[in-house]
Amino acid sequence: MNSTTMPTSAVPQRTASAKPKSLLLHPAAKVALFAVCLLPFAYLFYAAYANTLGPNPAEALIRKTGDWTLRFLCITLAITPLRTWVKQPALARFRRMLGLFSFFYVVLHFLSYAWLDMGFDIDAIVKDIPKRPFALVGFLALLLMIPLAATSFNRAIKALGAKRWQALHKSVYAIVLLGLLHFFWMKAAKNNFGEVAIYAVVIAVLLGWRVRQRFITKRAAALPAR
Amino acid sequence: MHFLKNRGFVHPQASDITPQGVYEGRRDLLKLLATGAAGATLAAWAGRDALAQTVRPNKLAALAGVRSALPGAITMEKLTPYADVTSYNNYYEFGTDKADPGRSAGSLKPRPWTVAIEGEVKKPKVYDLDELMKLATLEERVYRLRCVEGWSMVIPWVGYSLAELIKKVEPTGNAKYVEFVTLADKAQMPGLRSGVLDWPYVEGLRMDEAMNPLALLAFGLYGEVLPNQSGAPVRAVLPWKYGFKSGKSIVKIRFTDRLPQSSWMKANASEYGFYSNVNPAVDHPRWSQATERRIGEDGLFQKKRATQMFNGYEAQVGQLYTGMDLKKNF
Repeated sequence: MNSTTMPTSAVPQRTASAKPKSLLLHPAAKVALFAVCLLPFAYLFYAAYANTLGPNPAEALIRKTGDWTLRFLCITLAITPLRTWVKQPALARFRRMLGLFSFFYVVLHFLSYAWLDMGFDIDAIVKDIPKRPFALVGFLALLLMIPLAATSFNRAIKALGAKRWQALHKSVYAIVLLGLLHFFWMKAAKNNFGEVAIYAVVIAVLLGWRVRQRFITKRAAALPAR
Repeated sequence: MHFLKNRGFVHPQASDITPQGVYEGRRDLLKLLATGAAGATLAAWAGRDALAQTVRPNKLAALAGVRSALPGAITMEKLTPYADVTSYNNYYEFGTDKADPGRSAGSLKPRPWTVAIEGEVKKPKVYDLDELMKLATLEERVYRLRCVEGWSMVIPWVGYSLAELIKKVEPTGNAKYVEFVTLADKAQMPGLRSGVLDWPYVEGLRMDEAMNPLALLAFGLYGEVLPNQSGAPVRAVLPWKYGFKSGKSIVKIRFTDRLPQSSWMKANASEYGFYSNVNPAVDHPRWSQATERRIGEDGLFQKKRATQMFNGYEAQVGQLYTGMDLKKNF
């Protein structure tokens, strides 16, 4: 009798002792995040329609979509360190969506440029991009993001194998640095580095944390060998 | 149904009525057309319409100018709205973002103000602003403004030809260039703390460029005194050159025998030359200058318009540069 009641009583005991289930694991969390990530787009779309983007709306759209690309890249890269800093491993389930939103905004950024600035004149675009080093760097970052977005679904991970998939997706570090260089170079024309410095610090912390982790795990692996 | 309702006599708009002089002179006009000499006459006639659109925004003190009779001084293009003219400015002394000057130029005190005339002149003098404004008849001129960044505006300025002032101060034979020194006061200009440029902002012209009647010494725009962000109380306007050549809030005009070193030449000599004439065929090292976006007019999805040689003022200023390699002298 006792032996049969034990397991049933253990169930409520376990839930009572465990931490309350994280809201992050709620099925609606992803939907909510999706909606939040669309807010900048919704705002820009409305502002363009209502003509509240200032005297040069084309320039404003190009700049703002670029800002949001860099922001989303930073947020995506913040997920892994945040998991340990705030002890919320569940955050990992949002990483793919955030990465894809970075891609969404970079595509908008490029389309705004190609459409509003160049009128989709392919000839002019092909001539314009190499002319401007900062544009070339940004374009390179966009090209590097395409394989990452294209391999973001589960079947691609399986097809590539976890190791190769991870190696490929490490290029996000190069992408964010190219993005930062693109922004820095654009602002360099006016020696205006205030905003660039903020992104540089954030990216330095996010990448620096990874370098440190690597160093720690390497040393830990080396210790027992002695 | 509303559109069938009889509204009685509809008074015509004043602008719809053909002026009596034109009406009475219609046969002469036809004759002129027939002889092909109508161009100039029609330009002056249409110019009246261009002027008619200058409606004072009632933001600052009025400053009226008579319609300029100078050829090329009044473009018939649509004016850039006052709100855009005053909220989209490059005036680094108030910050490098184009929205900065409109927000922070309130700290500039455009009065009292003096402008010192120095250097190779027979009559050096420190002019008080009021005296300077009365030196010649103030004219209204509607100029295109092309920024080196690839955008443009159409602005009704109030001022007189810089040549009027130059004649008064009598340059000596050594005067080959004119240098404009603009205000650099940390107390009034928050942007001076940044090291973007070598302050004070300096710009310059060759004497013959400065003497060209299109070179304007401006005191106002849209029939009112200059707003601070547009370079109050006195600035240069050189419509055939990129906007940055036109110094704002001028405190000193110096005549020299040596090529002035402008702030932009000091900052980046390979990108910003002394002449900086608008030229669609000579690109900025980092971008094309072939096209431009007209602020406040070209829609979001409209293709950019073609930039004109000397910003469309070739007939007036082209002869200043005959024989010069404009790719070298950019």
